[in-house]
Amino acid sequence: MTDMPVGERQQLAPPSDDTGILGWVRKNLFSSWGNGLTTIVLIVAMVWILSGFLEWALFTANFTASTGSECRGGGACWALIREKFRYIFFGSFPYEQHWRPLFAVISMLAMLVLSADRRMWNWRLLVIWSVGSFITFLLMFGQLHIPLSLMLFVALAGGTIGLAMRSAVADPTERSAYYALIVIGLIGLALRIFGVLPSWSLAIAPLSYVETSLWGGLPVTLILATYGLLFAFPYGILLALGRRSNLPLVKGLCVGFIELIRGVPLISLLIMASVMLPLFLPSGTTIDKFLRAQVAVILFAGAYIAEVIRGGLQSLPKGQFEAADAMGLNYPQKTLLIILPQALRVVIPPLINTFIGFFKDTSLVLIIGIFDFLNTANQALVDPNWAGFPGEVYLFAAFVYFIFCYSMSRYSKYLEVELNKGTRR
Amino acid sequence: MLKKYMAAGVIAAGLVGVAGTAQAGKDLDAVKARGQLICGVSTGVAGFASADSQGKWTGIDVDVCRAVSAAIFGDSEKVKYVPTTAQQRFTALQSGEVDLLARTTTYTLTRDTALGFDFTGVNYYDGQGFMVNKKLGVKSAKELNGATVCVQPGTTTELNLADYFRTNKMTFKPVVIEKIEEVRAAFFAGRCDVFTTDASGLYATRAANAPTPDDYIILPEIISKEPLGPVVRHGDNQFADIVRWALYAMIEAEEYGITSKNVDEMLKSENPSIKRILGVTPGMGKALGVDEKWVYNIVKQVGNYGESFDRNVGMGSPLKIARGQNALWTQGGLQYAPPIR
Repeated sequence: MTDMPVGERQQLAPPSDDTGILGWVRKNLFSSWGNGLTTIVLIVAMVWILSGFLEWALFTANFTASTGSECRGGGACWALIREKFRYIFFGSFPYEQHWRPLFAVISMLAMLVLSADRRMWNWRLLVIWSVGSFITFLLMFGQLHIPLSLMLFVALAGGTIGLAMRSAVADPTERSAYYALIVIGLIGLALRIFGVLPSWSLAIAPLSYVETSLWGGLPVTLILATYGLLFAFPYGILLALGRRSNLPLVKGLCVGFIELIRGVPLISLLIMASVMLPLFLPSGTTIDKFLRAQVAVILFAGAYIAEVIRGGLQSLPKGQFEAADAMGLNYPQKTLLIILPQALRVVIPPLINTFIGFFKDTSLVLIIGIFDFLNTANQALVDPNWAGFPGEVYLFAAFVYFIFCYSMSRYSKYLEVELNKGTRR
Repeated sequence: MLKKYMAAGVIAAGLVGVAGTAQAGKDLDAVKARGQLICGVSTGVAGFASADSQGKWTGIDVDVCRAVSAAIFGDSEKVKYVPTTAQQRFTALQSGEVDLLARTTTYTLTRDTALGFDFTGVNYYDGQGFMVNKKLGVKSAKELNGATVCVQPGTTTELNLADYFRTNKMTFKPVVIEKIEEVRAAFFAGRCDVFTTDASGLYATRAANAPTPDDYIILPEIISKEPLGPVVRHGDNQFADIVRWALYAMIEAEEYGITSKNVDEMLKSENPSIKRILGVTPGMGKALGVDEKWVYNIVKQVGNYGESFDRNVGMGSPLKIARGQNALWTQGGLQYAPPIR
């Protein structure tokens, strides 16, 4: 007899083919003869396809050719990307000034990465976006003219919003600052309207002016998507709140707008903006094409975001609204402090889904002759000296799009975990 | 709601800091005041208008814009190119977004009249043609009896094809495929003997998509008319004249053998026609309302029509399009410019 206590058995290690890699393989890939067969067939197919792809993309690929005809006949022509990547990234922006869109893209990415950090979600966000946008557009345009009326308008809007949001918590100094902003804005705008103040704008012009028709490539995609969503987001929130409003007129307008926009494809909105709008304007007046596209994207994204956010609002139990009322909060406070934070948390996945969709949808601006990233890639295909390598160019474009969309998707995952910590057990 | 919309617009306008307004009275005055010609081009058609690796626009349509700029400003680079899509091109011209459209646009009666435009000439005579593999040993479209033909459905191309074969009492088997990329793929994979579309498209396809371009030939028969030319809107006849004669000047220069290389020597020519063209004998520029050296500037900076053709779509380019109908009238083609006198 061994000295083992009664009722216990020696703990044996599991059989060696049940653990480790071998065990995993056996359990997941060869658990039955049917699964085993499927595994083998799929592996063979994958090796076959992958080897063909690698042969084309790497082993027989041409990285150094100086013209398209040298590239022909072999594998992938990556020399084309080498030749064209500056055009694909920056479009028709003056060639020797490509550093400007490059740094504009870096500034935008830095802005996005910084605002992804939750520690920045306070007044810092405003600073980051003001500085980042200023740098981005200064680099892209080269010169900015900020009209006096716009500054006054911003003062007025800033004061009003600040007062509405922080009237309960602000100390007297902060509150008087808001009042001062409103008063300055109101008086200034009134004087401007009655012609007392002259039309004046602050000119910042360190670089040569580059108009939007020369913009192209990645900066265009990023600007259209980022600012489209930046403006569409608050706008969508307002639409969603308006749709749940008790005031019939507000509700009716919001429902009408959302349904109208959702009922038509983005392409038709873009064509409206670029083909119909100019015909309604007095002859000779043109609104910048890029701005038209940007506004169309904002309107379209706003309607979709509104519906996503409405889903979040509806998921909140009524008790939350009643509790806020019971605490004596007014409507802006209730909405900003109680309702929206909870509603937005619920809708992060569909919201990011909408964002990813719009990031890619911006390529539809080709229809009105704006060259975003995908369209500069398309354009690289047309050059007669390099024509005939669509696979390479589209793979490259897909790769760049994937980096952006995958980062967004990972960030959404992180946010979900981060913001739901309170509700998780 | 509307307020929100307007506020968003105002803020966006402010942020992007733009909304350039151009008050146009007469088109030519507007162009001169702006110091720049705004030219609507394609969003990318090989040889006609495409951006190179540096983002610079080149092509036979682009050269028309450059010639007009050279005539007005004495500088062919004072052009802003606005890529326009097929849907958007006419509105862009009607609304004044562009001054001039040089964008593979077919000259037709309705466009010239009802749309409110004036075509000022033809810078490329296109038309439907046939491409075959050299192995077939076919030299003429008349020998295509019984051939299988790859064609896109629902286009005039398909109708022209049927008409042509019926007229010549031949039969064919159509292989109808919706997407142009797949039509090309099917042709180069040997699924059909013949590929038919506009001739310029055939040449571009051969240069870009053929495994070995030399294995394919484009047959000499052209079975439809697609004259492509620059367009301006009604309302400024002087501007239309300048656009018209800028193109004629390029054709005329080729006829008289004036090239970008020899134009300086040609200034000393004794030929009275050349003297008139180059402004040595003044009068022509004044009549048109431009500098007397307008043709000199066009030819010096852009080249004559033959040079432009050769560089962009002809033998000097990867497209290798034969002159064909686009040869001068003196060489059996259709390019004929009224005399500059």
